[in-house]
Amino acid sequence: MEINLLVLIYLIGSVTFIVGLKMLSNPASARKGNLVAAGGMFAAILGTIFLYENEGQKLGNYPWIFAALLIGTVVGTLMAKKVQMTAMPEMVSLFNGMGGACAALISVIEFNHLLHGASDFSALDGTKLLIILLGLIIGAVSFSGSMIAWGKLNGKIKDFAFGGQHIINQVILLLNVVIAAYIITVRPEQTHVLFYVIVALSILYGIFFVLPIGGADMPVVISLLNSFTGVAAACGGFLYGNKVMLTGGILVGAAGTLLTILMCKAMNRSLLNVLIGSFGGNKASTAGAGVGVSGSYKEVTLSDAAVVMSYANKVMIVPGYGLAVAQAQHVCHELEKALEAKGVEVKYAIHPVAGRMPGHMNVLLAEADVNYEKLLEMELANEEFKNTDVVLILGANDVVNPAAKSDPASPIYGMPILEVEEAKHVIVNKRSMKPGYAGIENQLFFQPKTSMLFGDAKKALQDLLAEVRSI
Amino acid sequence: MDQILNWISAHQEMIYVVFLMIFVGIEIIGRVPSVLHTPLMSGANAIHGVVIIGAIIVMGQASQDDVLSLVLGFIAVILGTLNVVGGFVVTDRMLEMFKKKK
Repeated sequence: MEINLLVLIYLIGSVTFIVGLKMLSNPASARKGNLVAAGGMFAAILGTIFLYENEGQKLGNYPWIFAALLIGTVVGTLMAKKVQMTAMPEMVSLFNGMGGACAALISVIEFNHLLHGASDFSALDGTKLLIILLGLIIGAVSFSGSMIAWGKLNGKIKDFAFGGQHIINQVILLLNVVIAAYIITVRPEQTHVLFYVIVALSILYGIFFVLPIGGADMPVVISLLNSFTGVAAACGGFLYGNKVMLTGGILVGAAGTLLTILMCKAMNRSLLNVLIGSFGGNKASTAGAGVGVSGSYKEVTLSDAAVVMSYANKVMIVPGYGLAVAQAQHVCHELEKALEAKGVEVKYAIHPVAGRMPGHMNVLLAEADVNYEKLLEMELANEEFKNTDVVLILGANDVVNPAAKSDPASPIYGMPILEVEEAKHVIVNKRSMKPGYAGIENQLFFQPKTSMLFGDAKKALQDLLAEVRSI
Repeated sequence: MDQILNWISAHQEMIYVVFLMIFVGIEIIGRVPSVLHTPLMSGANAIHGVVIIGAIIVMGQASQDDVLSLVLGFIAVILGTLNVVGGFVVTDRMLEMFKKKK
């Protein structure tokens, strides 16, 4: 009876994951969808604790389990509640790494059970061993990779690449596969040693895998690692014959992989290109892209900028990571309202990979109550730039770099960009002339129609707002 | 060959689930507007936290004198909980903002 009840709970859990993800794909039902999936997860966890049986044996160690759950819940909630909107992407990466580590630890424990439990090691179940090793490798790669991605996004870890790194990566991966195959087929005496060699190699692989990839491509990497963890969770499902783990894991694995590909498409690149390209970490391409980018730029005073914008018919705001860092979304909304009060039409042009994650800008602007309909996606925005009087770029750089269209030597060549140079005036707010995340210069800043407004986005917008109001 | 067929036959239920879920996952994501990509990634991130169930099973089955399993299992449950709880709360926070402007 009880075990059948658990089967029902798992079934409901699996369905809530599917329905939840589906609801998440629609803005109107998204929040409810998240709660539905969370509810299913809660039921599945409680059901497992109290109803799970293996060969008539119930689970024990309740104090341990509940203590761990309590610690995880408190810490997780605090972290998730405290994190700033700008740090959201790295938070996702961090949580993803936790899931990967969890999957890897399960494999370690199960392997030890297998090793000590079997009187005749050579008679071990090959399938079980394969699944354990698979869950271990994928989980560990996901863990260390996510940690590196997390460190990179919050600036603790810099891009780092050395010659032949990709070859070393391939060798590590190949070595892992060979050792795993050796363990499964030969079952040597030193299996436990080899097992921990795999642990070390997998962690190393995750590090080397993410390190050379530039910050601008981090969203793609996080999405990919997200689907990795899904597959690692599914390995656990296979191991225990647990359907809810299997459905949840594979669902995320498949959806995450597709999401990764969609993100790459938004940048007009293949996944392989992102992973091998060493974007931003590659010094040679940086130098190559610097050719022809020079000359002088001009600064604009606050009052001039305010005048130009106040007497424009149409202003297009291009938000980027700089806006997120400065937490300037509220001031930005204020400026939008002040300009509209003067009869200026204000819209936002959203590049799909502006910020550090797709949709990053949407989330940010939604936080400041910016009307949904004011946000234009790239294709629509590009049609409107030629009718736009002033484009105000707030901390965006690579997504408006014309080199993506004109310079085949540029590492971002081929990426669709916001064609802001079509507009009459371009005002760029940046903290300095430093290149953006891809590490390349931007010719846009040196064009005659472009003027620079240096300073922190929040400060600059506050001053600009005051000037606009005083006109 | 026989071995492979036997293996498939023995695990057919699982294999069915895997293939069906691959298609379900792809179908669901295919229709997502790009504005929801971040919350969606975060939501999916929370869902793969289902790996915690494996951690709970491992922990619950560990015998009292098996210190290694107890300690590793304890850590695994904490990490899994972080993934689940943190993931859902972060997603909810993101989506809360989408709702306000309606």
